[in-house]
Amino acid sequence: MSDRESINGSAERRLGVFKTYKLYVGGKFPRSESGRVYEVTDSKGAWLANAPKSSRKDARDAVVAARKAFGGWSGATAYNRGQVLYRVAEMLEGRKEQFVREVAASEGLSKSKAAAVVDAAIDRWVWYAGWTDKIGQIAGGANPVAGPFFNLSTPEPTGVVAVLAPRKSSLLGLVSVIAPVIATGNTAIVIASSDAPLPALSLGEVLATSDVPGGVVNILSGVTAELAAPLAAHQDVNAIDLTGADAELAKELEIAAADNLKRVRRPQPVDADGAADSEDWTASPGTDRLTAFLETKTVWHPTGALGAAGSSY
Amino acid sequence: MPTTAPSPKLSTAFEQGGAPLSDATASDSALRRFLFGLPGVDAVGLEARAASLGTRSIKTTAKAYAIDLAISMIDLTTLEGADTPGKVRALAAKAVNPDPTDRTTPRTAAVCVYPDMASTAAAALAGSGVKVASVATAFPAGRAALDVKLADVRDAVAAGADEIDMVIDRGAFLSGRFLKVYEEILAVKAECGPARLKVIFETGELSTYDNIRRASWIGMLAGADFIKTSTGKVATNATPANTLLMLEAVRDFRAATGVQIGVKPAGGIRTTKDAVKFLVLVNETAGEDWLDPHWFRFGASSLLNDLLMQRQKLSTGRYSGPDYVTVD
Repeated sequence: MSDRESINGSAERRLGVFKTYKLYVGGKFPRSESGRVYEVTDSKGAWLANAPKSSRKDARDAVVAARKAFGGWSGATAYNRGQVLYRVAEMLEGRKEQFVREVAASEGLSKSKAAAVVDAAIDRWVWYAGWTDKIGQIAGGANPVAGPFFNLSTPEPTGVVAVLAPRKSSLLGLVSVIAPVIATGNTAIVIASSDAPLPALSLGEVLATSDVPGGVVNILSGVTAELAAPLAAHQDVNAIDLTGADAELAKELEIAAADNLKRVRRPQPVDADGAADSEDWTASPGTDRLTAFLETKTVWHPTGALGAAGSSY
Repeated sequence: MPTTAPSPKLSTAFEQGGAPLSDATASDSALRRFLFGLPGVDAVGLEARAASLGTRSIKTTAKAYAIDLAISMIDLTTLEGADTPGKVRALAAKAVNPDPTDRTTPRTAAVCVYPDMASTAAAALAGSGVKVASVATAFPAGRAALDVKLADVRDAVAAGADEIDMVIDRGAFLSGRFLKVYEEILAVKAECGPARLKVIFETGELSTYDNIRRASWIGMLAGADFIKTSTGKVATNATPANTLLMLEAVRDFRAATGVQIGVKPAGGIRTTKDAVKFLVLVNETAGEDWLDPHWFRFGASSLLNDLLMQRQKLSTGRYSGPDYVTVD
């Protein structure tokens, strides 16, 4: 009888349904291979949820997934990638409320301020969606050379990029480091902020439903240093973005990354401890993060004999 | 607790009439009686046992040993319509020296090719100790007349093959003509001369575990040096369960006759983790005597790259990547 009463909406309180936050690797939502979790608290120390505490094997699996996805994603047309990134913005728009709640809890913001952050994050996807088919013209082009050649430079994605997400800006900062990496055709392994991983793990759910192929973005939560070390040393990772590392960790990772000549984007030292924690994520981002993970391919093509006029261009 | 240990019934099958194994192949009906007298396979128990042995954690020095052992057990295989002499030579070079950056890496057991590539492989491997294995008998379907199959074998042996991988006639087996299957293996074995014979059952086409056990016994009775799961050309290839079943067969055969026979799972084994699981099966089922390239092989191609990457990880502490191994 008591069951029926609760269905009928009597005074009995409904049991809450808690969400199990999971990793996002290769388009799937696995738990950590290690089975570990850690407690995530809000800015005042109250418990929010348990997040998976990934191990180096999760990092290794994420690299395999990212490498597998690289061929298809880098080979997709820039126009198509732009559409997919715009689709992410659309999906995020539809789940705005959830993200406002999570960002407010994670960063200790008021509801209206959190809403502004989520709006900015959505707009950031749109901004980078627009860049996918334009970055080639900005970063590449025809070079004047002293000889009968067309000389054309074109940017290509670097490959698999490990990204240490900013520690404080749990959504806007996160989007601002993921979107430029994948916009140009790279695939990413993202280590979410250790203190505020929930918006990142939920973003995985958005990516999974917005035509981003599985493995293009892989999101891990846990202790940043524990995950970053094997990724920095991994021979199959082509670049690493150290935004979320403090000065000491960044130095260590840079040394490990030198082994296979990874491209490294250092944190811009705006804080006392060297991390980019107070980077102004609301400012217009520019193309700096887009061009950080590109390689330039230059092609020489003979023009043929120059005519009597001296040029056949 | 092994759930598929030989039942008392098996030993009585041997004891009937003094020299039971020669009796078993005296006629079609005797062979059928013998095969149907084999104990039935407990499919659930077999799969559970294979799965539980797959959960062993093999780490550090044991893992390093397993990786080197697995490398030395590989029949590095290329069986494509698009095989060229150049590709076979490249594969042979890889078999002799799998990781050019680390000369302590063991050589693979053999290179496995089609008969027309056997001479190329033999020339490339001369003096290295790596064997040349050649598939034959109208591989992979085996749908040809016996004369043609025997000519195929003759060809491969003449071209320098040290080992012959034959396929059984699944059509005959599935329609119950067991003696035909048996006699065909006998004929091929006679044609092999000094070459070791591996008999492929194509377990994915045999439908039941009972059939795999029966096929294993036909192969062993006919004098196979190795029994091999599959060709790698069908959807289901080597699985831990069917390999476990075949390992039990060779164990029981040695117990009954004193003759040791090798096992070769082939197809679908791509990762170090898979390979180590198979090695655990070997050790726990057939025993240490089979943990040797002479008695256990992996038919594989991409497995070697994964083993090399894991080997590099163990020696350097850094995860390796596909950029550091060859593209075959």
